[in-house]
Amino acid sequence: MSGRLHTIVALVENRPGVLNKIASKWRQRGFNIESLTVGHSEVPGLSRMTFTVDGAAHDIEQVAKQLYKVIEVVKITDVTEESIVARELALVKVATTKENRSAVIEVVDVFRAKVVDVATDSVVVEATGTEEKIDALVAMLTPYGLKEIVRTGRVAMVRGGMSTVAAPEQNGAYHKYRSAGEGKPKVGSLI
Amino acid sequence: MTKIKGAEIIMEALRKEGVEIIFGYPGGANLPMYDALKKYPDIKHVLVRHEQSAAHAADAYARVSGKAGVCWATSGPGATNLVTGIANAWMDSVPLVCITGQVVSWLLGRDGFQEADITGITIPITKHNVLVLEVEDIAPAIAEAFHIATTGRPGPVLVDIPRDVQQQLCEFEYPDSVELAGYQPKVSGHPQQVKKAAQFIAESEKPLILAGHGVVIARAAEELRELAEKADIPVITTLLGIGGMPGSHELNMGMPGMHGMYWNNIGIQEADLILGIGMRFDDRVTGALKDFAPNAKIVHIDVDPAEIGKNVKTHVPIVGDVKTVLQQLIPHVTRARHDAWRAWFRDMRAKHPSIAIPETDKILPQYVIKKIYDLSGPDAYYATGVGQHQMWAAQFFWGDNPYSFITSGGLGTMGFEVPAAIGVQFARPHNTVWAFCGDGGFQMTMQELALCTEYELPIKFAIINNHYLGMVRQWQDEFYAGNKQSVRMFQPDFVKVAEAMGLTGIRVTEKNMVESSIEAALRHPGAVVLDFEVEDIENCYPMMPPGVSLSDTIDQPPVKQPEMVR
Repeated sequence: MSGRLHTIVALVENRPGVLNKIASKWRQRGFNIESLTVGHSEVPGLSRMTFTVDGAAHDIEQVAKQLYKVIEVVKITDVTEESIVARELALVKVATTKENRSAVIEVVDVFRAKVVDVATDSVVVEATGTEEKIDALVAMLTPYGLKEIVRTGRVAMVRGGMSTVAAPEQNGAYHKYRSAGEGKPKVGSLI
Repeated sequence: MTKIKGAEIIMEALRKEGVEIIFGYPGGANLPMYDALKKYPDIKHVLVRHEQSAAHAADAYARVSGKAGVCWATSGPGATNLVTGIANAWMDSVPLVCITGQVVSWLLGRDGFQEADITGITIPITKHNVLVLEVEDIAPAIAEAFHIATTGRPGPVLVDIPRDVQQQLCEFEYPDSVELAGYQPKVSGHPQQVKKAAQFIAESEKPLILAGHGVVIARAAEELRELAEKADIPVITTLLGIGGMPGSHELNMGMPGMHGMYWNNIGIQEADLILGIGMRFDDRVTGALKDFAPNAKIVHIDVDPAEIGKNVKTHVPIVGDVKTVLQQLIPHVTRARHDAWRAWFRDMRAKHPSIAIPETDKILPQYVIKKIYDLSGPDAYYATGVGQHQMWAAQFFWGDNPYSFITSGGLGTMGFEVPAAIGVQFARPHNTVWAFCGDGGFQMTMQELALCTEYELPIKFAIINNHYLGMVRQWQDEFYAGNKQSVRMFQPDFVKVAEAMGLTGIRVTEKNMVESSIEAALRHPGAVVLDFEVEDIENCYPMMPPGVSLSDTIDQPPVKQPEMVR
């Protein structure tokens, strides 16, 4: 599957099993999801997902059509060709000594990242930006010794006044009934 | 309002949906549903002998009746036994509502006795599924299930309900209508695209219609005939499209594809316009995609946008309900004649008869099938299994009764025929129902014969018995150097099996018995098993070998198959 990295934004109902259903559609066509972020949207009950997936445009379009078949998927758009703001957040734990800590902080400052935790032998750096910026920061910090990296994967939004993937006018409920109830065993969250 | 149990809410909801029959099997996790049955005598429950058959019977019932089929089962093995039937309905776009009992909610995810994650398991083979954890969610979940199963491109929906939820009390409130933001299937086609399609038809000299299951599902046989007649377009019906065009109609060309009519496969390659109507350009129809219909522009009408461009490049895509789109299209189509094109087909049919039955004293399987069609009258229904007998049944079906040919197309499920015939007979209690059975497939589901006795179903089972898994044997002969592995098996005495189940059994060993035994079966008021001992190494032709183009279809075998060594 050759092609380029596509950024896909989906508006989905926040209900048990939804992520499983969506992942299943990608898996069936043999795609590997490079990154995936999920969080609440501006509409209660709806979550917005951002995927990045590597593949040819035609194949991606085919899967997007399949994703529409998931009843809980309200809207889905490939924003790869749009003018977008795309960011990810990374936390990087770097090994430091008394001697080189200030050098590390200097690198962090250049990238407009932040040190959010300091210990005697390490610092935790928080950075947001494009994948390229994060990659560059990580490359600069590598010589000091990387203890741990966690990256959120891409979130994206179309520039300007338009909504990336707007919730459609509410004709009908998303689902009339509730998801897993309070005080009862929650059977799976979104995952 | 009084509160009733969750299980009773299920029954109330089914009553609201106009359900008359449930195919099912009891077990620990759906006992509350069985307990509730007594209060709802208007809903008939049919006790199958294996849950797979419940799904197949409901599937076939749905195809014939045009309503959603309903089946239910208990948790764990009951639910997993439904899976093949659900997958079958999924591949053939059949509206099916499956209700499974689940272990009590506090045991979920803890490997409780008879627990299976059936919503997880059925994600890729259901249109929608849901695990209901609150008693007040049962009614809306079932309303949604029926809405989703029966609208747009139909398909199976599974509702999984833990036993404790079935026992909790709640008021019954049923939604009048279901509207889902994430699910709004298109009904009418885009007007510009419809006009463009009409223009393409007007410009075409060699147009062809490939009509699929969508025509049958949308009950659009009338519209299809009208379009074909108005623009004088030959109609090819796919395996599941059979019945979408009257068999005796001069424009009906029969089936295309791997075992389709030779003239159709070559015709597709000749055509300058293909109208794919309610079909999905399946690999068994197209052959090698790169060589498919090289001269044709493609107009594709389908209710499912994901089908557009999935397999072939489409010039005019129209997403919408087939019946509605055809009604939109017909007024724009100019009346035309394609005499030269029609003459081409007549000529091809004369030169390559494709389904001529050789003269012989042996009982050829296709001879038996044709005789059954000839003798059963215009109102009979037919269910088939999968394999050689299915292909012959499809090749020789030229009947006019739409929606009367029931077969497992996409999934190709052996054993479908027996429970399917049962589902058909429940939907059409006053019509003759035949099951064309392979001797292999029959043994997969023949336990269901008992239902014919229990529910007095006068089904006629025709076992096309070549003592082989015939289609597999044909492939082994053609593509694996005749290495016949695991295709010949010990068989029970099917006549005795029939008798043990309370049916009448007839073994047919001579050609001159074929006609009289079919007539005897048709006269007999009860169910009959006819064991036709047919020629064992007859191969099914025409054949397009897998992976090649339609142009390479073999009309008849080049050399006679060598006698097999027993």
